[in-house]
Amino acid sequence: MADKKQKKIKVPRAKMPEQDPDVRRRNFNEVPLGLTPEMAIAEASRCLQCKKPSCVEGCPVSVKIPEFIKLIAENDFSGAAKKLWEKNALPAVCGRVCPQEDQCEGRCILGKKDAPVAIGYLEKFAADWERKNGSGEAPVVAKKTGKKVAVIGSGPSGLTVAGDLLLKGHDVTIFEAFHKPGGVLVYGIPEFRLPKEIVASEVATLEKMGATIECNSVVGASVTIDELFNEGFDAAYIGVGAGLPRFMNLSGENLIGIYSANEYLTRTNLMKGYLFPEYDTPIARGKNVVVLGAGNVAMDSARTAMRLGADSVKIVYRRSRDEMPARAEELHHAEQEKIEFVLLTNPTQFFGDENGRLTGMECLKMELGEPDASGRRRPVPIKGSEFKIDCDLVVVSVGSNANPLLTNSTPDIALNRWGNIIADPETGKTSKKGVWAGGDIVTGAATVILAMGAGRAAATSIHNYLTLGW
Amino acid sequence: MAKIINREVMAQGTIILNEIQAPRISRKAKPGQFVILQADETGERIPLTMADTNPDKGTITIIYMVVGKSTARFKDLKVGDEYYALIGPLGKPTHIENVGKVVCVGGGTGIAVLHPITRALKEAGNEVTTILGSRSYDLLIMEEKMKAASHNFHICTDDGSKGHHGFVTDVLKDILQKENIDLVVAIGPIPMMKFCSLITKEKNVKTFVSLNPIMVDGTGMCGCCRVSVGNDTKFACVDGPEFDGHKVDFDELAKRLASYLDDEKKSLEAYEKCKLQ
Repeated sequence: MADKKQKKIKVPRAKMPEQDPDVRRRNFNEVPLGLTPEMAIAEASRCLQCKKPSCVEGCPVSVKIPEFIKLIAENDFSGAAKKLWEKNALPAVCGRVCPQEDQCEGRCILGKKDAPVAIGYLEKFAADWERKNGSGEAPVVAKKTGKKVAVIGSGPSGLTVAGDLLLKGHDVTIFEAFHKPGGVLVYGIPEFRLPKEIVASEVATLEKMGATIECNSVVGASVTIDELFNEGFDAAYIGVGAGLPRFMNLSGENLIGIYSANEYLTRTNLMKGYLFPEYDTPIARGKNVVVLGAGNVAMDSARTAMRLGADSVKIVYRRSRDEMPARAEELHHAEQEKIEFVLLTNPTQFFGDENGRLTGMECLKMELGEPDASGRRRPVPIKGSEFKIDCDLVVVSVGSNANPLLTNSTPDIALNRWGNIIADPETGKTSKKGVWAGGDIVTGAATVILAMGAGRAAATSIHNYLTLGW
Repeated sequence: MAKIINREVMAQGTIILNEIQAPRISRKAKPGQFVILQADETGERIPLTMADTNPDKGTITIIYMVVGKSTARFKDLKVGDEYYALIGPLGKPTHIENVGKVVCVGGGTGIAVLHPITRALKEAGNEVTTILGSRSYDLLIMEEKMKAASHNFHICTDDGSKGHHGFVTDVLKDILQKENIDLVVAIGPIPMMKFCSLITKEKNVKTFVSLNPIMVDGTGMCGCCRVSVGNDTKFACVDGPEFDGHKVDFDELAKRLASYLDDEKKSLEAYEKCKLQ
């Protein structure tokens, strides 16, 4: 056994071929080019096939990781994709956007002495291979149960719930407020990180499995949940996302050129502002751009600004490098693309010209003090350290609050004091009979995979309800 | 869905009316609420406050002025064509109650927005005086409908072609001097709403206005439509579109509406050139 381990470690972890940073920072094509079949097989052969795989414990949807990797190693790529589908309706998405270093790969035994198996790369590889070369068949669904479920929101959690319930034979209708399904996968995550054709293909698979998708339906405005029940739905899942962008309440924040990350990314991704004037929705092309915040959304915004032709893009963040919440890969990619990190810095006000257009901002230097409630050291302003940054575009990416549009129209769903829906962490059940919720509307802004994990749990609970009762 | 079943050209071709099939929206919509429309997949999302609804027919009516590429594309849609996307009803409905004497002031396509509100205020038992304004009489819309929805009715034109030769604010000032007015509703171009609000503020008469900032999603998600109201920043799509006219920062709103002026011009020119070819 010891010999076997030694032998395996000798194959170095696959390096993802990527577009050259100097080229890609000016285009919207996907950054990682994908592993070749040879690279994938070699990488898959590094897996130790642990009897008690801790990688699976690290996965919010318990993907059968050693099994799908073994199939890749055996050159059965289609089999690997189908193995992924057993637990994950969106593998091509997860392979690209999951924070693997904190989840599956973070638990990989190989990581203790060497680099962990590149589980994310392999997941992406298998899902992409099946999309391009597979027969196009959809997963087989169980016999129809005659039960109808309304899934509100077509983001990652809604799509997961839909996929799981379709597999079990229930009828599913997905309601989406926008004109295209996918939620944050379509309006938020940029093309260069998650090509939209992939989301469209994952959604098409659900349609093949029998899902009905109603776009342009704002549940809460055009129809209420109670009306859906009256129309014959037996259960409803709310996965409407976090909703309202947070601003910083600083002087000058309504100047032209200051966007929420939601607006900046929606204009660019969903409305395809980067293709203006071929598409009608304009997007400001800043020369000197500042992004406030340091999460994945901030990195997406900064890298988008660079692709829209900025001369300089700065991430301004009040804590230090260690506290930046974005995935390691996003930080790495951003730095490669010449995004500057201005750390321990907090904005205090914005300046504009007579036309109300942004010209610059004032910041304060910070230092780290005692740990705060989050366990991270609290940033404290350094007196008299004010300085100016010239900028013509600012993207505020400091999180979101719960959108009240749906919950206002459903007063019998209990909310916490921030307006998020209270849902049972195990099952996703809300205080209203027949209604489940999950994803950002419950947790506040989090990750795609956590939303999918919540969707998975809720789908199981909904299935139990539809077959056994509340 | 979202099929145009009736279309009218108004105000010398500068303003268009569309009656659109939208059963769900027509059943839910209340005065003051808006919809978002998109002509086709590459189009922009344009918010328009509904001018009317007909739940029995399952239709809503929108009235828009042709100002840029998006509305130019809307204008090219004929009876039988469908909008690519239509969502709503969005925003908070107008708070309608019997307060006594109300003055409704409208200009441009704001008159279309004002119409269902005026009608509802009259039905609620208020004594309604309406003042409509336009540059010239041939650009005025919905005169008969607004007359029917009001007890007293005034027209103002900048060029004197009909009614009072001058601005709506002249007539409003006059009425406020003679009578005790309980509420003013002003909907129209930003300068009109701004100056009406300044006049009513002096007299301390409660005033609300309906705002039309740029929007993207229209459901509170993007914050594009933020307006300063008193010391707060509000999202017109979910907190509005109606606000206390005495508190709105109209100058900021006007500047923000000009955010994409250059792009909009380029876009419209390209579209017109393309149509000529």
